[in-house]
Amino acid sequence: METFLQIYNETYKILLLLVPILVSVALIVWFDRRVWGFVQKRKGPNVVGPFGLFQTLADALKYIFKEIIIPASANKIVFILAPIITMTLALSAWAVIPLSDKMVIADINVGILYIFAISSLSVYGIIMGGWASNSKYPFLGAIRSAAQMVSYEVSIGIIIINVLLCVGSLNLKDIVMAQQNLWFVVPLFPMFVVFFISALAETNRPPFDLPEAEAELVAGYQTEYSGMMYAMFWLGEYANILLLCALGSILFLGGWLSPVDIYPLNAIPGIFWMIFKILILFFMFALIKAIVPRYRYDQLMRLGWKIFLPFSLIYVVLTASFLVYFDLLPK
Amino acid sequence: MKLNRFFKIIFLSEFIKGIFIAIKEIFSKKKTINYPFEKGKISPRFRGEHALRRYPNGEERCIACKLCEAVCPAQAITIENEERSDGSRKTTRYDIDMLKCIYCGLCEESCPVDAIVQGPNFEFSTETREELYYNKEKLLENGDRWESVLAENIKLDKPYR
Repeated sequence: METFLQIYNETYKILLLLVPILVSVALIVWFDRRVWGFVQKRKGPNVVGPFGLFQTLADALKYIFKEIIIPASANKIVFILAPIITMTLALSAWAVIPLSDKMVIADINVGILYIFAISSLSVYGIIMGGWASNSKYPFLGAIRSAAQMVSYEVSIGIIIINVLLCVGSLNLKDIVMAQQNLWFVVPLFPMFVVFFISALAETNRPPFDLPEAEAELVAGYQTEYSGMMYAMFWLGEYANILLLCALGSILFLGGWLSPVDIYPLNAIPGIFWMIFKILILFFMFALIKAIVPRYRYDQLMRLGWKIFLPFSLIYVVLTASFLVYFDLLPK
Repeated sequence: MKLNRFFKIIFLSEFIKGIFIAIKEIFSKKKTINYPFEKGKISPRFRGEHALRRYPNGEERCIACKLCEAVCPAQAITIENEERSDGSRKTTRYDIDMLKCIYCGLCEESCPVDAIVQGPNFEFSTETREELYYNKEKLLENGDRWESVLAENIKLDKPYR
């Protein structure tokens, strides 16, 4: 009976997190398209519902009713598994993200490692999708995407080491609480910029959307997918983007903390600050999608390995020596 | 010069400029319109859906001279005619295959009595091909429906013909 109750409790908690995330993914897609349109002097989707808010729901409905076509030469099991894996991994990483000081499903001490492990795994969904399609463009897209995500994961890892040096804990809550006096975006600003750009590459967003460069690769690893399976890739992608925005705000922008600890601002519940910060970061994601052209593949690799990696390594040395010299290392 | 470029890259200055321009554009006036609710302005010469016009007394204008049939580059028009009891020559059949039509406007230009015209309507998509094989009744009905606009457009365009 007790285990049953516990399972019930946990399921309830998970649903309470997942449903809002899926809804916000839908809203964020609308927001993305709208910002993109506005920058290009278009109106963007504005017909379905107030300001077009339900556009994504209409799109999702369309995807649900579309036929799922599985190519004859595809490896059926892997082909079907790929979008499921992408979406599951993108959502499961949310388990450790603290939305406020109370709202977290799994308050584990290796939170950041967990997120890192999960987001490394998410490349499998893409490789499987590309390989199982048994066609040229998806395969090329998958190879590109795998190389890209692996390269940028390295520099994200080293950026996170910078933050962890200042915190002294892998727990995401501790990381936020360590920023009560000063957000890490101030002392680690260059790292924040590098993190942001790597996050763009990690989530295959423009200007690093090479895996789905439509001019060369049709739609990359998604080419052979249709209907709900395509929508799942898409949901996973946007859930991943949201996750990295949340991670960015936790690591650098003080998570659920208010900008300054004075009365009217710190009375606002932490979750609103968290959502606000995620939205600000996502707004930047959307703006950048609208203003930059796509990188060439060798440029992308050069940026990752020859610039970001050494730069963040040097910054790790700088941060560490600074902390040791001024005896500021967390106890 | 080289140093200048180096700092530009390091501080992402072009990039930040771009972001500010993008934010400025967000608040600028939009160039697009809400199409099904608002429509763009159409020139009086617009070549849209065809219509056969009538004289104010209700008599159809077409005299079955078949100039439009002859000039039509897509051969979309088919006309058959016969002499009526009052001695006038009128069409018994006037079909336009709207799927063949390339909307070049030559039929309208060749017509000596302004009978066949291309109106301002461009929203006549259908769900089957058959609905787009227009016959005489359909074209006359179009003419009756759009007559006020058609007459106005012809009047506006007259000085330039």
